[in-house]
Amino acid sequence: MSLIVHRIGPACTIQDQGRVGYLDQGLSRSGAADLQALHEGAVLLGQSPQLAALEMAGMGGEFEATQPLGIALTGAPMQASIDGAPVVWNASHQMEAGQRLVIGAVTRGTYGYLHVSGGVASKSFLGSRSAHLTAKIGKTVQAGDTLPANSGPPVRGMRLTLGNRFSGGVLRVIASFQTPLFDQETLDRFAQTEFRRGSRANRMGMQLDSEGEGFAAQGQLNILSEVITPGDIQMTGTGNPFILLPECQTTGGYPRIATVLPCDLPRAAQTPAGGKIRFEFVSLDEATTLQTAYSAELARLPGRVEPLVRDPHDIPDLLSYQLIGGMISATD
Amino acid sequence: MTANTADTFPRISTVGYDGLLVSFADAMAEPSNRAALAFRNAVDTAAWDGVIETSASLASAYLRFDPDKLPRAEIQDKVQHLLAQQNWLEAPLPTGRRLWRVPTVYGGELAPQLNEAAAAAGLDPVEAIRRLSDTKVRVLTIGFAPGQPYLGPLGPEFNIPRLKELTPMVPEGALVLAISQFVLFSGPTPTGWRHVGQTAFRCFRPDGPQSFALKPGDEMQFLPISRDELEAIRANNSDGTGGATCEEIAG
Repeated sequence: MSLIVHRIGPACTIQDQGRVGYLDQGLSRSGAADLQALHEGAVLLGQSPQLAALEMAGMGGEFEATQPLGIALTGAPMQASIDGAPVVWNASHQMEAGQRLVIGAVTRGTYGYLHVSGGVASKSFLGSRSAHLTAKIGKTVQAGDTLPANSGPPVRGMRLTLGNRFSGGVLRVIASFQTPLFDQETLDRFAQTEFRRGSRANRMGMQLDSEGEGFAAQGQLNILSEVITPGDIQMTGTGNPFILLPECQTTGGYPRIATVLPCDLPRAAQTPAGGKIRFEFVSLDEATTLQTAYSAELARLPGRVEPLVRDPHDIPDLLSYQLIGGMISATD
Repeated sequence: MTANTADTFPRISTVGYDGLLVSFADAMAEPSNRAALAFRNAVDTAAWDGVIETSASLASAYLRFDPDKLPRAEIQDKVQHLLAQQNWLEAPLPTGRRLWRVPTVYGGELAPQLNEAAAAAGLDPVEAIRRLSDTKVRVLTIGFAPGQPYLGPLGPEFNIPRLKELTPMVPEGALVLAISQFVLFSGPTPTGWRHVGQTAFRCFRPDGPQSFALKPGDEMQFLPISRDELEAIRANNSDGTGGATCEEIAG
């Protein structure tokens, strides 16, 4: 089973949970920018969140099913249709052989996901199918490619009703080992500043803009290179923050002011250009409470899946449906 | 603020939500790098349930763990207990280390900043090449890009600063120098380090049976060859070794 790619946006890659255990070789995890979307796709299709999906940054593509194939659409909402009929986002759908799925631009957020029943079965490297473009592992998916799918069962249309994590907002952060390099005045100002996501953003990291002066550490240029993790907020030489994402470098000499909690990282990554972001420092105890609640919420996802009932508003041409079959004309 | 600011070493501090950093110094020095490598190996050997991955940087060991399986207080205790077991600054280097001898073109068109680096070190180019190629340097850490080693220490005369202006691009296999260290680049990259040598050694070999050539603690020596010799090596370099030899270091 597979999907033929007829058209595709410029920044679509195959992603799973990423590659763990190669940090000591300078290789960061990679994996989906919005890991929550992998969990959502998994419950919609009744499969493991470890399976790979297609991550689509900003723009989707046109895909043809070679055989009957179940799919799910999650993450940043995008315009989508199958053979011209709009289909619901955050839902699973059955495609028949020859049918075409068209996914357009994001309407909110940044990263949309196309999941297939059984998972995308591309070649695995060091235990993961995730592309890592900065490490030259894998490539962006191109028109003419085929996305192989493992054989999965046919799907019933299901949907998830979810909150909005596609417009930025308050990101909870914790102090990290380099936080003390910043004085209290700078930390306070950082926590009071409203940032906007800048235009420089990719899977390595996203730049944040703000009014006023930057956020410099003391002795910024003489810091020993140290370990970097996704979610770290790194200051460049000019004191402009970047939130680091799954393809970040593994070590670096620019200081990190704080780290975004893993539970808020999907929302961070999904923030569209211009989206507003604020940071709120929480203690490690508060962080533990927040993370525990988040894990519990993920564990409850399967219970929140509902059958997809077609809303008449989603049906494009109601008049073409025979709504009153068998009725005899009054004029007869 | 939970991050530790004490000036005493070894120092345990937090890295994000699920990491600990055990630092042996706040500047690069041979004993603290040895301590970081040895401590990281000891953590791997202990194989505590709940540790997800570890690494060693220039003077620190990093542990990432699952706080649901291994609560923070518990891993802190384990780390402290392990730290107290010996003076890690005197720990031996890991076993199974290897010495790589890598053919290298110094200076000329392929490595145009050799003369500048020699001048910054107060040496003439011939003497700089002699000293750089005589020194066996250690893989202090691997990072920044896949498989890419930071190597040192070189003599104090090579403690030269990074350039203010980045060189837009040096190729894969470039040997660059700053702050008494080499980096051997695993891919084309812009850099503020001076490009003093060029090799055909590939640190990251995603298509090969071993994706990563080097391990932290390995030693390397960069032996001078001519440009013609390098071209001959490049013509027959499908395995990416770049004409390097590799031998086990005894003990």
